[in-house]
Amino acid sequence: MQSNTQAQAAVPLKNGEDRLAPAAARRGAGGKISKEWLYRGISAASLLAVLLLWWCAATFGWVNPLFLPKPQTVWSAFMDVIRDGYKGQTLLNHIGTSMRRLFLALAAAFATAVPLGILCGRFRVLRAIVDPFIEFYRPLPPLAYYTLLILWFGITDVSKVLLLFLGAFAPLFITAVFSVQRLSPDRINGARSLGAKGWKLYAFIIFPSVLPELLTGLRTAVGVSYATLVAAEMVAAVSGIGWLVLDASKFLRSDIMYLGIIIMALIAIAIDLVIRSLIRRVSPWTEQ
Amino acid sequence: MIYEEKPDQGILLDGIGLTYGKGASERQVLQNVSLKLEPGEFVAVLGPSGCGKTSLLNILAGYLRPTRGTVTINGKRHTRPDPGVGVVFQQANLFPWLSLARNIEFGMRMQSISKARRRERVAYFLELMGLETSAKLLPHQLSGGMKQRAAIARTLATDPEIVLLDEPFSALDALTRENMQLHLREIWHKTGKCMFFITHDVDEALLLSSRLIVMHPDPGRVVEDFANPLTEGAADPSFARIRSSADYSRLREHLLARMDGVNTLI
Repeated sequence: MQSNTQAQAAVPLKNGEDRLAPAAARRGAGGKISKEWLYRGISAASLLAVLLLWWCAATFGWVNPLFLPKPQTVWSAFMDVIRDGYKGQTLLNHIGTSMRRLFLALAAAFATAVPLGILCGRFRVLRAIVDPFIEFYRPLPPLAYYTLLILWFGITDVSKVLLLFLGAFAPLFITAVFSVQRLSPDRINGARSLGAKGWKLYAFIIFPSVLPELLTGLRTAVGVSYATLVAAEMVAAVSGIGWLVLDASKFLRSDIMYLGIIIMALIAIAIDLVIRSLIRRVSPWTEQ
Repeated sequence: MIYEEKPDQGILLDGIGLTYGKGASERQVLQNVSLKLEPGEFVAVLGPSGCGKTSLLNILAGYLRPTRGTVTINGKRHTRPDPGVGVVFQQANLFPWLSLARNIEFGMRMQSISKARRRERVAYFLELMGLETSAKLLPHQLSGGMKQRAAIARTLATDPEIVLLDEPFSALDALTRENMQLHLREIWHKTGKCMFFITHDVDEALLLSSRLIVMHPDPGRVVEDFANPLTEGAADPSFARIRSSADYSRLREHLLARMDGVNTLI
């Protein structure tokens, strides 16, 4: 009987304690969001100002139009390329070719670097075996070994995908190794005491624990491989968005060059936004 | 709570020793610790920091291998972590990507318990812990007390032989802590689990335990081991009644002195 009254007495206190945290969090978030919009507005205004400056510079002839075509010229180049394509292929084809290379390489890198990195983070011996090779090729500029890849596989998609794969592999591998090493022993021990062992420990505890950091690593990897992709397409290719810009430069079509570069930037921003929203979705607890 | 007397029933620590280092830098963390923990006991372990109580818990859990001695549970050697020995940590240590209900369900999922049975047990423990309305929340949306309640539920859901608790309420504020203490004792009464409760809070030990153990450092060893007279006999004495009993302050002084290493008589 006595235990019953004690338990009931505990209830209202529990509820009071529970309500506090979310309310405080909401207030904090509200102030942050309105500030956030203010800064976005400033960014938009700054962008518009530079566009205006561009328009003035081109329209009033402050700069030779070969170096800086008018915004309208770039826009009409865009409409032309959309309608007629560029050198036998549609614009979407060029972009699609580049994206296929990029995402094939990223998927392959994620699927191999992450498991290997996680295992190397858990087993020092394995890491000792793999480390020298990673450390050897990681600081190399990818274009340096691209020559070897072309020698082996020719000017094909295979050599390009391999190049991007190698570029993305190192940052993902290193992120996986270090985030596994940083895992708290309590996390692993607690899971083992609940019966997680063998592959289940990896699939249900270790992988989800490091996933937020892996996605941050993926952001880095995308940066590296995107830069490499454009460079590789400029060195040796007959299609793709990087090749489009290089080819246009050979004919002094600066409008197409500007167009290609703007498209490249927009694609990079879009990819980054997708990854960031992915990070937010898989790890809501790391916000704030 | 009546248990059949079986010789190998319960948890047996036999001559546990733990040594770090070699030669001159050798440090004896635990020396010849032998204990028998019976089913249904609430054992509070007190001692100054460095007395090896956390090492002892780690050995019991199977996280740490003793240099000497063995741990036996119901006649079987226990050398690595498994759901037979539940652990509640100082920080709730919930999995942040799983909802509260999924956290509680986790151990049962690892043991491939059927979905229907899992759902039933999750509902039972959510109710037992007063967490029904928070089942779908993620751990970061909960208060410290709720997290620790969920951690206890998660451990009990796998139906362990013994639950090890490593200063589970030390990170909570005083009010929440008292609530949690009441709650834990109620759960202990309902489940009849053997609890191995590490604390440096003498009051907490006196209020909750059925048996008190005091450890000393250099080398870590058990120096006191006796049934708690304050909770003996009475079915479920209130905390207020325990605190106001004549023996309370005497026992409290005695335990504090013993933790300091001064020997007084009860």
